[in-house]
Amino acid sequence: MDARETSGAAARGRPLSPHLSIYKMSRYSLLSSISNRAAGIVLTCGQILLVYWLVAVAGGARAYGRADRFLESTALKVAYAVLLAAFAYHLVAGLRHLVWDTGHGLSREQSRRSAGWVLAGAVLLALALLAWLFLGGTGTR
Amino acid sequence: MSQRSALGRVLGYGSAKDGVGEWWTQRLTSVALIALGGWFVAALLALPAHDYATVAAWMRGTWTAPALLLLVLVSAWHSQLGIRVIIEDYVPEDGMKALAIALASFVHIVLAAVGVVAVLRVALGSVP
Repeated sequence: MDARETSGAAARGRPLSPHLSIYKMSRYSLLSSISNRAAGIVLTCGQILLVYWLVAVAGGARAYGRADRFLESTALKVAYAVLLAAFAYHLVAGLRHLVWDTGHGLSREQSRRSAGWVLAGAVLLALALLAWLFLGGTGTR
Repeated sequence: MSQRSALGRVLGYGSAKDGVGEWWTQRLTSVALIALGGWFVAALLALPAHDYATVAAWMRGTWTAPALLLLVLVSAWHSQLGIRVIIEDYVPEDGMKALAIALASFVHIVLAAVGVVAVLRVALGSVP
């Protein structure tokens, strides 16, 4: 095959998408990007748990009782804490992405600063949600 | 031997035209999930207990089932797009990449289908 065919876009000097294979990210954006992705993966696991829970409810009182022993276990309580933390981080970091999409805050200095704000906001939100989970109400979930 | 015209070779492959579609969907679903995810977490934490009677009564509320349906569908869609981007970035080999993306899509579609049916069964009262 002709080499010029496959490198058409590059040969014309078109901007290429910043895929990881061709774009070197700065340390801060790399860290915040990876943690946002990690939080997203955790939330995807949470989605499996959500559907499991919905199916348990749809199965009626007895089926729910069986599932509830698993859902109320200590391991699952740790999982809820991790899920809430991931939710808080993914929410706040996602807001930063939406701001970026409007074209604001894209400079290196701004993005370094906003990474700090995202972390602070996410920690505060996560602490509030965890306090609600473990201290508020019945504390069962 | 290539069938491409000389002009086609010079211009390159060009844009596939639908590249921005998934990017936009990811943003739309993320905005929807601010509301849906926030509602769900708050509602779950606000429930006085999580036994069957309390949870089932809550799920039969007028707005709970539609909101849960939207949550299941929109979060599955958003999650599928996100996992896909991660696979595209970290799985280097094309065959494995296509396989992983297909598998992740199937899992998300199954999750969405099972979740929707479960919510509908509770909402419509067809629970044993």
